[in-house]
Amino acid sequence: MRQYGVTSPIKIKRDSINCTNWYLFKNLLMIDSAEKRRLENSQVTMHIIDDHHHEHEHEHEHEHEHEHEHHHDNRYSDMEARVRALETVLTEKGLIDPAAIDAIVETYETKVGPRNGAQVVARAWVDAEFADWLKRDATAAIASLGFTGRQGEHMRAVFNTPDTHNLVVCTLCSCYPWSVLGLPPVWYKAPAYRSRAVMDPRGVLAEFDVVLPEATKIRIWDSTAELRYLVIPMQPVGSEGMDVEQLADLVTRDSMIGTGLALSPQATSCAPEGSSQ
Amino acid sequence: MNGPHDLGGQMGFGPVAPEMDEPYFHAEWEKRALGITLSCGAFGAWSIDESRHTRECIPPAAYLSASYYEIWIRALEALLERHGFASPTEIDEGRARVEPVKPKRILTADKVDAVLAKGGPCDRPVETPPFFVVGQKVRTINEHPLHHTRLPRYARDKIGVVEAVQGSFVFPDYNAHGRGENPQWVYTVVFEGRDIWGRGSAPGLQVSIDAWESYLEPV
Repeated sequence: MRQYGVTSPIKIKRDSINCTNWYLFKNLLMIDSAEKRRLENSQVTMHIIDDHHHEHEHEHEHEHEHEHEHHHDNRYSDMEARVRALETVLTEKGLIDPAAIDAIVETYETKVGPRNGAQVVARAWVDAEFADWLKRDATAAIASLGFTGRQGEHMRAVFNTPDTHNLVVCTLCSCYPWSVLGLPPVWYKAPAYRSRAVMDPRGVLAEFDVVLPEATKIRIWDSTAELRYLVIPMQPVGSEGMDVEQLADLVTRDSMIGTGLALSPQATSCAPEGSSQ
Repeated sequence: MNGPHDLGGQMGFGPVAPEMDEPYFHAEWEKRALGITLSCGAFGAWSIDESRHTRECIPPAAYLSASYYEIWIRALEALLERHGFASPTEIDEGRARVEPVKPKRILTADKVDAVLAKGGPCDRPVETPPFFVVGQKVRTINEHPLHHTRLPRYARDKIGVVEAVQGSFVFPDYNAHGRGENPQWVYTVVFEGRDIWGRGSAPGLQVSIDAWESYLEPV
């Protein structure tokens, strides 16, 4: 089991930064106090995640200012407690409604997720007119199926073809078409995917067990503005004649990001890998 | 700004780690983090652009080692302080001490469905026609602004082709800093992989960005 939201490659990076080196480095530089505080904060995070033993060493070695800084950033060492405190304060102030938070969570756990996008794709496979509408005005075509709203305000559908495979990324943050795919998976928001999708897409795809023919062109859509991209995967061979509901079962979340392909009908009967979304 | 968020083409993060049967949340606090962040966004005190920029300003080492919900919470605390809703001390102590600024809106449970279904469209009309046309060759600007921008580093000073005129949208570089929405035309600009990554580029690779008009120059 992995820890929440933290992938192992980042852990490696973190471990490679040594606290002692950091203090040497910091003291060698003439930096103003604001900048110093900023840098301190960033360093302290590493203490928290690495080990507490180190942290104490430094508290003894350095003056009060440092202790304060350590204490200051320790607030993120226990996210459960930190977020609970945040919710308490905002609720006491009458700024937020805990029941609204429950409702938001329920929406994204039960109502808005990749099943929405799968309906869009399946419909596009069986209905050429709908597919054409998706190409011309994806926002309206998708809204006609009842999928609208936050992070789906300006939709674009991009169609895979035998020549071209589409892959969506947000290198700058975590832009993702919530209205049709729900909340993004952790890997989509993490540095490995965001850094490599634009440069080494075949390498990334291989990590999803997707190998495309050498001649296939790969088109990366970096979601740098407010347009949100939904990949329409190719309809799998052998699925002709299936109805929309059956077809929607072949459409995985990853196939609508571009890190997967739609499942073949034979595969769905035996709970294939990668179909879990 | 050239912050830790601008990740395209950086190296050393290792393989992508897709998780089988990934749950929507990996801890209870992530659920609350999502709900609190969206609830506070509903105050109407800051834009999505300011919110993104605040996340980008998290110091690089912290940004790169935080989970995304932690990034959200760190930035949210900064926004709450900046706009007079809550101080770090209050959150440290878990107790309200100061009367907050009155927000424009408070998201109550009964309004959640409507608010999420409405979203926050950010297309805005502009009076001038698009300066560039589909098929036109353009060069992205070579700027390294200290402020928020949505032109990634890997795509600066590169020649590409306008593939689509996508409409006119709020300009984040201004809006993130309270300088007004200043809407501009947005274009999908597509680059050949080799024009970005050079001779080592993967064959058959094309990368596109969505670029505001002022990110582009005619070639």
